[in-house]
Amino acid sequence: MDTNEKYALADDVIEHALKSGAEQVSVSVYDNRSTEIEIRDQKIDSLKESNQASLSISIYVDKKFSSHSTNRMNREELHSFVEEAIESTRFLAADEYRSLPDPELYYKEGGPSLNVFDGSIDSLDAATKIGLARKVMEEAYGKDERILSVSSYYYDSIYGDIMVTSNGFRGSSSKTAIQLVAEVSVKSNTGRPNAYWYETQVFFDKLKKEGIGSKALERALRKSDPIKINSGLYEVIVENRVAVNLLSPVYDSLTGSSLYQKQSFLTGMQGKPVASEILTVFDDPHIPSAPGSRLFDNEGLKSVKRPIIEKGVLKDYYIDTYYGKKLGMKPTSGSSSNLVFETGSRKPEEMIASMKKGVLITGFIGGNCNGSTGDFSYGIEGFYIENGNIVHPVNEMNISGNMTSFWFNLKEMGSDIREDDSIRIPSMRFEGVQLSGI
Amino acid sequence: MQLKRRDFIKISGITAAGSLIIPPFLNSCKTVRLSADAESYLNHFEVTTGTLQKVISAAMEKGADYADLFFEHSLNHSCALEDNQVNSAYSNISSGVGIRVLKGDQTGYAYSEDLSEEAMLKAARTASNIADSPGKVSVADVTEYTRPNYYAINGSWENTSIKDKIPFMKRMNDNIFAADNRVTRVNVYLNDKTSYILFYNSDGLLAWDYRPIILIAAVCIMEDKGNIENFYVTRSSRMGPNFLTNELVDELSAEVVERTSKLFDAVKPDAGEMEVVMGAGQSGILLHEAMGHAFEADFNRKNLSVFCDKMGQKIAEDFVTIVDDGTIPGNRGSLNFDDEGSPTEKTTLVSNGKLTSYLHDRISSAFYKVPSTGNGRRQSFRHIPMPRMRSTYMENGPHKKDEIIASVKKGIYVDYFSNGEVNIGQGDFTFFVKFGYLIENGKLTRPIKDINVIGNGPQALADIVMVADDKIIDNGGGMCGKNGQSVPVSMGMPTVKIRKLTVG
Repeated sequence: MDTNEKYALADDVIEHALKSGAEQVSVSVYDNRSTEIEIRDQKIDSLKESNQASLSISIYVDKKFSSHSTNRMNREELHSFVEEAIESTRFLAADEYRSLPDPELYYKEGGPSLNVFDGSIDSLDAATKIGLARKVMEEAYGKDERILSVSSYYYDSIYGDIMVTSNGFRGSSSKTAIQLVAEVSVKSNTGRPNAYWYETQVFFDKLKKEGIGSKALERALRKSDPIKINSGLYEVIVENRVAVNLLSPVYDSLTGSSLYQKQSFLTGMQGKPVASEILTVFDDPHIPSAPGSRLFDNEGLKSVKRPIIEKGVLKDYYIDTYYGKKLGMKPTSGSSSNLVFETGSRKPEEMIASMKKGVLITGFIGGNCNGSTGDFSYGIEGFYIENGNIVHPVNEMNISGNMTSFWFNLKEMGSDIREDDSIRIPSMRFEGVQLSGI
Repeated sequence: MQLKRRDFIKISGITAAGSLIIPPFLNSCKTVRLSADAESYLNHFEVTTGTLQKVISAAMEKGADYADLFFEHSLNHSCALEDNQVNSAYSNISSGVGIRVLKGDQTGYAYSEDLSEEAMLKAARTASNIADSPGKVSVADVTEYTRPNYYAINGSWENTSIKDKIPFMKRMNDNIFAADNRVTRVNVYLNDKTSYILFYNSDGLLAWDYRPIILIAAVCIMEDKGNIENFYVTRSSRMGPNFLTNELVDELSAEVVERTSKLFDAVKPDAGEMEVVMGAGQSGILLHEAMGHAFEADFNRKNLSVFCDKMGQKIAEDFVTIVDDGTIPGNRGSLNFDDEGSPTEKTTLVSNGKLTSYLHDRISSAFYKVPSTGNGRRQSFRHIPMPRMRSTYMENGPHKKDEIIASVKKGIYVDYFSNGEVNIGQGDFTFFVKFGYLIENGKLTRPIKDINVIGNGPQALADIVMVADDKIIDNGGGMCGKNGQSVPVSMGMPTVKIRKLTVG
């Protein structure tokens, strides 16, 4: 479906919904095409082509709300789908806080060019895609006698959507993504450690196509034969690639639904310090060619750059229209775009070199955080460091603490953000962190 | 394609109501007359056996060894209670066909949401490209799978109005608020899904299924002297609308209130290695994470699993027997056949301490030259099947629960969990404890909460030193994720003691 066909479908569904008794309606239509290729050792393991489309509708009738989606786009069928949806909505309880957003807050026009679509991905042929994945595999395959298995993956996607609301919003967006991944598994005395590496991009030309397989191999080999160390308080460096694991409970606690449902340890903290003053994070929706860039969010609210945490002080939450009304707060957007962290001056290698005794965390496994209290505990893997040198890998250990105090132990931000990710977080160094092992 | 869903459900309803659980067998008559149910499934997706054969032929035209078609039409409804009212509802309809082509252990896959013959043929030809040596395709005769019925239902979720669900959700809410004046927030969720499945493969096997699944969940928030605690409970089944009863709602409400209220007294145990007693039921998460995933045959075939050189070996004490079962009536993990047309079964993975079987799908069973164990599952028609767990549990052992707790000087007892994870190659696994107790000098003392427990799979299995005789199969709403696909599972366990895990 092209954009005009999607708009025509949405307009028809809205018209039918309003005619059938709905007071307000929001409709979005998306489609996505993608290719996934896996090569294992020297053979193609799987080739997959996907092509999907779906229509979603949110209905407001008698102050009652429901939302529905279907991938069956036949108009006649969509009409009866909408009628049934309206009928079933009437059985719900009224909720005075349900309505479409204030049209004043909608994105209208004149936003910057985001440049997040690469039309050339559509014309890549299967042989090119397979060739890319094969090269990634070959960087590792046969390069070390301890190798048990090398897999590489190619993934691309071409996405387009439109949204129309009955109170005046119309908008469309389109996005491409392309990714290469390597995963290597090696033999060791105590197990079969494995590691992966990936590169991702909006544009085919800008995608880093080399160094993926070799990096995965190097990372798998260095994990061989880990040793568990004593429980205690440690200085730790959390690698940029996995630091998002510590961020996600913070993000969860910033949403309107968590605040309202009392599952947020950040309730009432706006304007107050929640982290060490070296932590500054912006939500920036307008970075050209960044994967999280957008002009409007999934409600149609205009996206603006805003600070979330500035010098350790909590500046803003993620509030959608519904929970904004329930909490008496101004809607900002219920979801993040690109999260950009202010960086420090040193690379993680330099931080390691000056570390007397500590742990470099390179992976998380399981664990969770209690949103209401902030208590967390996560499994970790990484490396034990002494006098600036990596001594041995560690595993089977947990990191634990409470999110309300943990972020004050943040002592240094690295300089190493991954610019191709929507979360631009560098490696971070903390002091006095509880690790449990022996 | 127009739906004839209401006509259809009558036929299916009659069959389901009168069904008994019978073992599956293949009807191998040459000139087969399809059952009325099979005909109705063909009609439902507006296809004929001729179309199916044509699409399979297109999928095989580049010289494949095998191809299959997985038609799915799923209807999903959920509703939510917040602030004492059921005030939001969601629904989703999803339909299409997944076309898979195998050449040795290589897979070509494409799907179509458009079920016209033209669109299906196009997808079949895309998937066919995994093979590259065009040969003659012979069309197999159609044989119909005679399915057992592990989820006999009384009526359907798709025709159950939201107004019949609301009273149960409100009862749950009212129960919880009435039980403790510290309750400040309650959320109740109800989610049901009905899937029509039609399967056909290049061997001529035709199978159909009607798969219901239901989940109810309640979240309870209490506040006491400025402290906030939360807890949740879930219950799930492949039953029909008779799943929802006042008794179930009352039981779950009491459980969530009791647990939430105890959290105010909970402490954190000292960090480090200690003895861990896992209570009967949800503790099956240990089996799921510590060994279940590592027993999935794709990880072993690809040399990735820590268990790949351990088949036939002694890996646990004599009293440890672990199974993965797809045949428990009404269970969330049960299936009348797996997502590639193989019968499900009760598969013994560890028999008296010895590793006896992996979990197989079609590709791995051909690789290991054993029959499929019926573990080939997929999230939907958009996904490639692979070996997945169903209901994974440990059989009873020789010890008693009291004797196990009494044997621990300093350790923890755990029985409620929120999530877990495993690293297949190194064998490290975790599970996150939402609730448990300290054990001090053989007695349960203070409650504990929110701690991650981490161990190593083969070591933990060898360290199971006591197994009680009180097995419970938990009916919580477990969702298992692997390679980006989620499938519903369940788990179970008697009370067991593990010599040493890291708690922190």
